[in-house]
Amino acid sequence: MKVALFVPCYVDQFYPNAAIATLELLEKLGCEVHYPKNQTCCGQPMANSGYEHLTGACNNLFIGNFSGYDYIVCPSGSCTLHIKEHLHSHQNEAMAADIRKRVFELTEFLVDILRVESLDASFPYKVGLHQSCHGLRGLRISQMTELVAPPFSKPAQLLDMVKGLELVPLNRADDCCGFGGTFCVVEEAVSSKMGKDRVDDHIAHGAQYITSADLSCLMHMEGILRRQGSDVKVIHVAEILNHSIK
Amino acid sequence: MSSTATKDHPQLAAIFNRDEPRVDWHDETLWWVRAKRDIAAHKLPEWELLRETASQIKNNVLSNLSSYLEQFEANAIKNGVTVHWAADAREHNQIIHKLLSDKGINRMVKSKSMLTEECHLNEYLLQQGIDVIDSDLGERIVQLAGEPPSHIVLPCIHKKKEEIGDIFHEHLGSAKGESDPKILTETARQHLREVFLTRRAALTGVNFAIAETGEIVICTNEGNADMGAHLAEIHIASMGMEKIIPQRKHLGVFLRLLTRSATGQPITTYSSHFAKPQDGKEIHIVIVDNGRSIQLGREDFRNSLKCIRCGACMNTCPVYRKSGGHSYHTAVAGPIGSILAPNLDMEKYADLPFASTLCGSCSNVCPVKIDIHDQLYKWRQVIVKAGYTPKAKTLAMKGMAFTLASPALYRAAGKMGRWTFKYAPFAVNNGANPWYKHREMPKAPEQSFGEWYAKRKDQHK
Ligand code: SF4
Repeated sequence: MKVALFVPCYVDQFYPNAAIATLELLEKLGCEVHYPKNQTCCGQPMANSGYEHLTGACNNLFIGNFSGYDYIVCPSGSCTLHIKEHLHSHQNEAMAADIRKRVFELTEFLVDILRVESLDASFPYKVGLHQSCHGLRGLRISQMTELVAPPFSKPAQLLDMVKGLELVPLNRADDCCGFGGTFCVVEEAVSSKMGKDRVDDHIAHGAQYITSADLSCLMHMEGILRRQGSDVKVIHVAEILNHSIK
Repeated sequence: MSSTATKDHPQLAAIFNRDEPRVDWHDETLWWVRAKRDIAAHKLPEWELLRETASQIKNNVLSNLSSYLEQFEANAIKNGVTVHWAADAREHNQIIHKLLSDKGINRMVKSKSMLTEECHLNEYLLQQGIDVIDSDLGERIVQLAGEPPSHIVLPCIHKKKEEIGDIFHEHLGSAKGESDPKILTETARQHLREVFLTRRAALTGVNFAIAETGEIVICTNEGNADMGAHLAEIHIASMGMEKIIPQRKHLGVFLRLLTRSATGQPITTYSSHFAKPQDGKEIHIVIVDNGRSIQLGREDFRNSLKCIRCGACMNTCPVYRKSGGHSYHTAVAGPIGSILAPNLDMEKYADLPFASTLCGSCSNVCPVKIDIHDQLYKWRQVIVKAGYTPKAKTLAMKGMAFTLASPALYRAAGKMGRWTFKYAPFAVNNGANPWYKHREMPKAPEQSFGEWYAKRKDQHK
């Protein structure tokens, strides 16, 4: 199975360990992983700011980088959702449509495509799972608390396979962390208050780590934790799932 | 309103956030309402089917609006009701003023109607020398305080009971320092009873207008619409033209959804049907467009007109909960207000579609399944194209698009200290950066993933 690894720009620049863990994990699970080296960004920062019309060149670059693979896997729900919903091309719409079908967020890929049922991983800590809104309500990798429908959670299902890991409950299972792309600076006051309140919920329930399938949320919460001088750390879900018994 | 008129949502929200305990209180109060909504919804296994049904009924209404409106008008006239058509807020206000002045009435009682807030009816009538008293308890409180409602269902949700006590002490003569909700409610009741008994005209909103029968349905918890309408000699009902439902049998779907979504109650205390005027009395229905037919013509935004004004999208919205209704500087606040307001004035409300993280919770609670967060995204595109964004932002976005379209430029930008970001606005480590006010910057790692991967590949060779 030929898998292309799509590493979002801010993960590439600030959180390489999450991308390394994703790569190693996919290889361990038997995928032939390629990293198209000319990749940059999915275009979401422009599009969510109202500048989707400027993303044409970015989209064509993406299509050039990611055609011809069985699957495209990304350790970010938000960027995956953006590609799924907004990757278009005047020059090559057929290829864009094909890519939109083949792109998967990491945990949904592990659960739905690779059908992972066990993992050789250990992480003996109390962990709070932050549901990123785009992974949750966009990609539906977990059930949303607003709906009257049976519960499930793909990231939680995988984390349950990790030895020693204890998932802590939260008062608000899927409230937003307030990152929201440029929202975090345009609406600085509300954004940081939202982040603080999310972090407090995890801390109140004894989490030692906050994890998520989206690093943008984690980056936001990490900024707040570090400002508070907290011992609580953030960690991408791939790093936990790839955390072998040592 | 005047103090908020020149500030935008981020500025008003920053002011609201100066008092953090108050933000916490506001957030928790509304979250509690959301939690009550969840409990009520989960008691109905058919909840999602009900939402889908309501959505489809409303879609049908929007696709056939003109014929339903004509049917409604014909049936209402048969019932002995007078129907008026108002193209905009001004005409709506003028029609009502004329109805009152023709009868020499200079005092009116009004139950809750967000439409009259949208049209600024109270201010208009006041200028004409007509006194309006709001009879919904929450609306009366904000009216006495000289403020607009901050929430469409819970107009004074931003006020603590002690503050309400102070307002009642000043205006209604309750004891100083009294904040017991029971005593304050009784004070309001006594005051309003006198109003109900002496007003010759009553204005109400309309929740549902049934095309098949020509009747209107008004939902209140306090029974104040009924009190006003039954006692007055003239009942004026202001109705947005999207309030139509085709048949009486459809009403059950909406009544089951409305208050469960709004407050978690199974149904409003009073769901009153008004069809025919009593002998010697009059009912007038004013059907208002005020931008609705323009919105109906906007393909991406038309289904915002399905809204039944339950307020659930506000209660669940983390931005609304943590910024307060007045930060939206429009009659209808929150997510739904942010997709309705730009239709009326794109420049004035250009900030509102950006007052969201696009988390999508609003669309999930909406009982008529409006794709609110998708419409917020689409309004952003429209507003940018119409030129209502700061030039500096447009320039920054163009620079960003240019860099991200070129792998070489992207790698070079990364090398210059892991994006001293024009491209990630949060990565400039100084006090002038809004990110840095409450958050640390991400630590720059030794190497990017791309660099790590290139080395690994070399080693594997
Ligand atoms: S948009 Fe939906 S949730 Fe919001 S007030 Fe209208 S009906 Fe209720």
